[in-house]
Amino acid sequence: MIRITRAQFWVHDQDEALAFYTQKLGMEVRADVTLPEMNFRWLTVGPAGQPDVDIVLMAIPGPPMMDDETAEQVRSLMAKGFAGTIFLTTDDVHASFDELRNRGVEFVEEPEERPYGIDSSFRDPSGNHIRLTQVREMAAV
Amino acid sequence: MAFVPPARHLLRAKDLADARYFEPLGVDDMARTAGLSRAHFSREFRRAFGESPHAYLLTRRLERAAALLRVTDRSVADICLSVGLQSIGSFTTSFTRTYGMSPTAYRAKFPPAAAHALVPACIVRAHGRPQHRTFREDSADGAG
Repeated sequence: MIRITRAQFWVHDQDEALAFYTQKLGMEVRADVTLPEMNFRWLTVGPAGQPDVDIVLMAIPGPPMMDDETAEQVRSLMAKGFAGTIFLTTDDVHASFDELRNRGVEFVEEPEERPYGIDSSFRDPSGNHIRLTQVREMAAV
Repeated sequence: MAFVPPARHLLRAKDLADARYFEPLGVDDMARTAGLSRAHFSREFRRAFGESPHAYLLTRRLERAAALLRVTDRSVADICLSVGLQSIGSFTTSFTRTYGMSPTAYRAKFPPAAAHALVPACIVRAHGRPQHRTFREDSADGAG
């Protein structure tokens, strides 16, 4: 069986991202391992209560893995908000919204009714787009 | 302190348009959010996103208006005001130029909301925003 285990976001600064995802979103650190010989830090976080799914917070590498021009393009895409989205769900979006906003998360969209539930969105410090949705329970037909 | 690419500040201004389009918001407010002078902001925004901040804000409002026409039975005047535009006449003109038909005709063309697939709101907002079409009433940047 194929399952989703983790998905990756590029981040401008791993310390800043770590603080945001743990202190503001309340996620757990799953791995924070630095390999100095490779100048590489493997950093993953995930929601408490969902131990089998992580988000990898990946620093943008330099040469030879990624040339400077490409790295700059990735940085630019992130800063413009085009580097991808992670979709989170919650049982009570209004409670989660209040909690996150009190911790300083700036929402782009406050919770609004949609055909599929109540939906909101915000960004991480790098500009990555994160949605937070209370999914409507569909009545059995 | 992490290095913040300049475009990140422009994105804050773009997000402001998405978050507060229903208020009497203008390009000046967007420029303030980005921490830039209005002229510099407009230039940089266009360079980053390929259109002026005024065009972005207007088409965001028109996209929201079109969505409300499709999924609600609220009046055209009510929808105009609820997307942050003050003048019904200017709204109707901009809408007609953008969508090729009046708000009323547009509404009549689309089936009730229940017929639509349950696509996330971010997809609808991003992909449903129309291409800006310039016309003389938009020549004063910041109008609307």
